[in-house]
Amino acid sequence: MSLDTPGLVPRPATRPPRASRRIAGLLALAAAPVLVLGVLFVLPVAGMVAEGFVVDGRFAPGAVLDVLARPRVHRVAWFTVWTSGLATLLAVAVGLPAAYALHRLALPGRTAVRAALLVPFVLPTVVVGVAFRQLLGEGGPLGFLGLDGTPVAIVCGLVFFNVAVVVRTVGVAWESLDPRPGQAAAALGASPWQVLRTVTLPALRPAIVGSASIVFLFCATAFGIVLTLGGVRYSTVETEIYLLTTTVFDLQAAAALSVLQIVVVVCLLALSARLRATPDPTAQRVVTPVRAVRRSDAPVVVATLLVLAAMLLPILTLVLGSLSVGDGWGLDNYRALTTAGDDQVLLVPVTAALATSLRTAVDAMWMALLVGGVVSLIVTRRSHSVGERRVRSTLDGFFMLPLGVSAVTLGFGFLITLDEPPLDLRDSPLLVPMAQALVALPLVVRTLAPVLGGIDDRQRQAAASLGASPWRTLLTVDLPVVWKPMLAACGFAFAVSLGEFGATSFLARDTSPTLPVVIFRLIGHPGEMNYGMALAASVVLAVVTAVVVLAVERLRVPGVGAF
Amino acid sequence: MLHVRVRAALTASSLASVAALSLVGCSLAGGGGDGSTATEPSASSSGAEQRGGTVVLATHESFHLPKKLVRAFEAETGYDLEVRAAGDAGTLATKLSLTADNPIADAAFGVDNTFASRPLGEGAFAEVTTTTTPPAEYALPEGGDRLVPIDSANVCVNVDTAWFEQEGLEPPRTLDDLADDRYRDLFVTPGASTSSPGMAFFLATVAAFGDSWPDYWTQLLDNGTKVVDGWEDAYYGDFTAASDNGTRPIVVSYDSSPAFTVSGGRTTTAALLDTCFRQVEYAGVLEGADNPAGAEALVDWMLTDEVQSALPESMYVFPVMPGATVPEDWAEFAPQPSDPFEVDPAEIDANREQWLTDWTDVISR
Repeated sequence: MSLDTPGLVPRPATRPPRASRRIAGLLALAAAPVLVLGVLFVLPVAGMVAEGFVVDGRFAPGAVLDVLARPRVHRVAWFTVWTSGLATLLAVAVGLPAAYALHRLALPGRTAVRAALLVPFVLPTVVVGVAFRQLLGEGGPLGFLGLDGTPVAIVCGLVFFNVAVVVRTVGVAWESLDPRPGQAAAALGASPWQVLRTVTLPALRPAIVGSASIVFLFCATAFGIVLTLGGVRYSTVETEIYLLTTTVFDLQAAAALSVLQIVVVVCLLALSARLRATPDPTAQRVVTPVRAVRRSDAPVVVATLLVLAAMLLPILTLVLGSLSVGDGWGLDNYRALTTAGDDQVLLVPVTAALATSLRTAVDAMWMALLVGGVVSLIVTRRSHSVGERRVRSTLDGFFMLPLGVSAVTLGFGFLITLDEPPLDLRDSPLLVPMAQALVALPLVVRTLAPVLGGIDDRQRQAAASLGASPWRTLLTVDLPVVWKPMLAACGFAFAVSLGEFGATSFLARDTSPTLPVVIFRLIGHPGEMNYGMALAASVVLAVVTAVVVLAVERLRVPGVGAF
Repeated sequence: MLHVRVRAALTASSLASVAALSLVGCSLAGGGGDGSTATEPSASSSGAEQRGGTVVLATHESFHLPKKLVRAFEAETGYDLEVRAAGDAGTLATKLSLTADNPIADAAFGVDNTFASRPLGEGAFAEVTTTTTPPAEYALPEGGDRLVPIDSANVCVNVDTAWFEQEGLEPPRTLDDLADDRYRDLFVTPGASTSSPGMAFFLATVAAFGDSWPDYWTQLLDNGTKVVDGWEDAYYGDFTAASDNGTRPIVVSYDSSPAFTVSGGRTTTAALLDTCFRQVEYAGVLEGADNPAGAEALVDWMLTDEVQSALPESMYVFPVMPGATVPEDWAEFAPQPSDPFEVDPAEIDANREQWLTDWTDVISR
């Protein structure tokens, strides 16, 4: 893409700083987020991987490399790649029509549908797993398909969980896409399909590639879904690392797979960074008002309704389950949420866990937004040299890494590396929100960066040449445009934190569990009431998430951003 | 235009206030946590018999004891008990093994006979002497001076007796029966590699069939046995007695499970007492603990009649101390096996990896 058209760019009045100075400034700005990620991510992962490489106090990489030659490792790696790849393709394929319909068409109730689509994303996998199995299992309504325990079920589950990422990331970008180039093409005789292929999709490419790379990483590191829906016959790299670490205690093999995972992820990120290349910043960013639904929109609307129906099926199973009491229906399971369950299985009632969850989510949200905001700013500012661009894209990839690394490796890494003052974080109450913010960080960056990257740098230069300070430039140029995606990112981070289970269950304290931890505890104990309560608590979690996301949608200001 | 600006300003200010409120009021940092943030580094590092301070217990997510008992312990001993529970038994064993030189707690509870050899081998536990002595039958052959038995539970095949009655079929009794054609497609078990009851059932088959266990598992699979991820999946997803859509009336669960399916004065399920593997859970003092005296007091407390009698209802397990009481209906609905299968922990430790690899091969064939 020919972005550099220096002849057209009005030079700022001040002399541009030299490249090396700019890079130094860039690195200084990046220091804080890099430090955060270094301490909370690189250090623990390196510590855990090192456990595998060091045998009896000696560095022994040979044994680790031997692991990579095992046929089972190849099987596991291939299975991971093809299921995740297929699930990503499907998620994008069904997510694009939905993104269009829900963000560009005046469909009734579209805000509610957008909020509902995010619900699967936050439900604890063990609950969704049981709901899916109720549906697909031998006696379930869809049992005749014979999908239970097959790779098809795994792929369906992965798509179910991740469609929301595509719908939201691409939808927000689509919303602020200038319709005029498309209209111009249409006026010149292009068919709707040609407009889509030659104008719209290229403009959306950064958002599509960005969300696809996130979805792929989510799929490749999915844990609970694979175990629950695939049974024990199928292993992915992620589940294999878990088994090797906790059940078999083969740290060398676990380290080998972790390293393999990191290498693959780094390659993938590099690839997607190339594909993502910033769109033409001279394209105007406006907020297009949604338009009335036309007859020609029927395929898109039908596709969206199908996606919605497929999403709602497992959730409906949950809701019905939570309302069934003995032989009839009732709200007993919901009433029981203020109690500690059958045989006092919980230390705190579900309602108290909900409060903890909300407070934790607030913390995780501001942490993710703070770090993610700075990172997005850094990686999207226009580079003045090749070196500078390299530094920026390296940083960009670095902050995506947490998505691509096993939660088990990270969790145990926390225990063995952050255990000495001044970094003794093992007992800190902020550890859980920090871990959750780390999980949400890439989502925040991928939501904000495409939008920031789409702002024409000449606007900033113009503001600067008129005497605006950097802060003022940020407020008057960037903020009006990035405002809506920022709220979307808030909603994402909040929702991720509400539903996060892996890291939380590993790090949470017994006296203040979050809602997913409590649900897991309920479902792990026999007793009909406990199971019913787990379902009711899951429904509550889903409703709270939907309400929070809905509130974020409502708070969005449609007018701001338009000049 | 003005309208848009006013709306924007209003929204912005309401957002700002929401943000401020949530930061001040709702955050964990601002809202005052659970009050236990100030964990005093216990003063007893001098080694003196000094009481007070906090004693930290590392355990698994199934740990639970009534609050009243915990408060009584704190009042009697002067220690504050802080429980850190996370992960399953396997995760706990791994955590303790990895942090053997800088323990995450003072004491640990929940390491069982299938995992005990691992943290013991890593030197995670210190020697401990208790004031009461639990029965010798639960002691570990190695490491008995460091791990104290607290409870035991048997993983047994359970059947839906109501289902079998309705079908007019005699329920199975033994492991061999499960491979019988009459019970085709009726059995579901959690996997040995992903679930601790699944592992226990697998070990029962190892104890019963020795080196020919792969043949037995091949027969099981040929007979339509379903292997799922976890106990929750098997029980709530497939077991007819617990799931509306379940189609399988035979499941791997616990000997205490029938006590939870009582309706109208009788239970609708039964544990097959000839198919059980005994799990024993242990407690111990961690090597290098900040508060070893408190940790020892905690282990002692777990052997008292009060705690032992609370175990069945709190954690669905049986006490090891003969003086403890078990709920009346348990005697009726949850009889214990007299002669469960056992595998020497040292043998488990030596073969765990190979067994699981072979088992996975059989399963995914």
